[in-house]
Amino acid sequence: MKVLVPIKRVVDPNIKVRVKADGTGVETANVKMAMNPFCEIAVEQAVRMKEAGTVTEIVVVSVGVLQCTETLRTALAMGADRAILIETAADVQPLAVAKLLKAIVDKEQPGLVITGKQAIDDDCNQTGQMLAALLGWPQAAFISKLEVAGDHADITREVDGGLENLTIKMPAVVTTDLRLNEPRYVTLPNIMKAKKKPLENIKPDALGVDVTPRLTTLKVEEPPKRGAGVKVADVAELVDKLKNEAKVI
Amino acid sequence: MAILVVAEHDNKQLKTGVANTIAAASKLGGDVSVLVAGSGCAEAAAAASKIAGVVKVLVADAPHYAAPLAENLAALVVSIAKNYTHVLAPATGFGKNFMPRAAALLDVAQISDISAIVSPDTFVRPTYAGNVMTTVQSKDPIKVITVRITGFDAAGAAASAAPLENIAAVADSGLSQFKGHELTKSTRPELTAARIIVSGGRGMGSGENFKLLEALADKLGAAVGASRAAVDSGFVPNDYQVGQTGKIVAPELYVAVGISGAIQHLAGMKDSKVIIAINKDAEAPIFQVANYWLVEDLFKAVPELTAAL
Repeated sequence: MKVLVPIKRVVDPNIKVRVKADGTGVETANVKMAMNPFCEIAVEQAVRMKEAGTVTEIVVVSVGVLQCTETLRTALAMGADRAILIETAADVQPLAVAKLLKAIVDKEQPGLVITGKQAIDDDCNQTGQMLAALLGWPQAAFISKLEVAGDHADITREVDGGLENLTIKMPAVVTTDLRLNEPRYVTLPNIMKAKKKPLENIKPDALGVDVTPRLTTLKVEEPPKRGAGVKVADVAELVDKLKNEAKVI
Repeated sequence: MAILVVAEHDNKQLKTGVANTIAAASKLGGDVSVLVAGSGCAEAAAAASKIAGVVKVLVADAPHYAAPLAENLAALVVSIAKNYTHVLAPATGFGKNFMPRAAALLDVAQISDISAIVSPDTFVRPTYAGNVMTTVQSKDPIKVITVRITGFDAAGAAASAAPLENIAAVADSGLSQFKGHELTKSTRPELTAARIIVSGGRGMGSGENFKLLEALADKLGAAVGASRAAVDSGFVPNDYQVGQTGKIVAPELYVAVGISGAIQHLAGMKDSKVIIAINKDAEAPIFQVANYWLVEDLFKAVPELTAAL
């Protein structure tokens, strides 16, 4: 089975972003970028399935600027076989990403698509579900367990009250939650090997997809700051503050 | 304008967040209808009809709506969406699952996790783990929206019940099958509904040590939550997680114990009214958002606090 894993290049999750002075966006110049953590989990899942013999080929795909090549190379170093960059400098929103991915799925005919559940920059949590909709495929979002067995897959999903078990038909789109696996670190020999793996560069136009944004960003600002707090000396003072100052207990 | 709210429920009761989503819908200014799709869901539908601001409750009762499968729910929403300018659902695990699917089938964008409404086509939503507030405008004919429930106070009770109307189910997609739940059993309040939350992090050291927090929570009538580190370490189940990609909470009092305060955790709780933090590390970033903080070993401070209440 071939697996397609879409990945996104985002600001490193450990960096606290700053809003641009003119309020048009977030400062990304000279900011460390990384693979979206949920996408790393998706790549790891595909690699483990290949190691287990259920997957024969892993194709990773990213949508964005030329520098996404670095992110794709990281995925190749983790164990993916080849990469596709849909190169564009435009603001491509989840619905448009899903349409681009559908065009790739139509071409590549994978038996499974594994996406991250959410990108940690726009926090949208949409693309996997939208892709499943456009393909008319089943979806399993926020999964913590995946077992493919022929024409179906047994799934465990993280839901608000705990876990949910599903059986879905294949092919399908699944989106990863945190507990699915712990992604591996890439090793230097694998980084070297990844440089020789194929990486195709295509443009959105070539896929016949209109990527015009549906949402216009009017303003970007920092949230109101919380007021400075007070350090208390001991539990007695804490209880006193909660009772008599904050009046919450 | 006509607005549809998709209700999250267990066929008997509405989930926390439905009344908040209805409140958000009412702010748009238009008639608010609620869709209750379930199996034997009359009780949930009756509950929805008694929330202020609701003019009609649409009921789709069929065996294949017993569990909220994304494929079936999205198809049902799409079948009636043309009658509406806005479709809203809570940005909980429920809404996040099927709403993007419905939006894609309608060929419209989804506006995820809105925390404020500027006008019927303009919304504020947190991005970058809540460190950036983004105001977006939608040009789509139908606005598909998930609502951050902590951003809106719950709608109250209606003076009289809104009428119910049965609508046709869409055939079962057959694409996926619900097999069962493994739900965490607890007698404490739900995290997203609790007035007080006591949360533990990596500093708790083990699942066994969470008993200290449970004792404190029981004294306060609080829910128990956790940071991602505590969940990943296996101290507590996944549904305890508060944070950017877990549950977003805003209780009156949030007690953070042994939590360092990664930005992903702060994203889930920094809108709490009062935050207290207990950590032995005087440099812990959690102190930057705390109203009151105590630098002390939690294994000494927590039992003391429990005893003092």
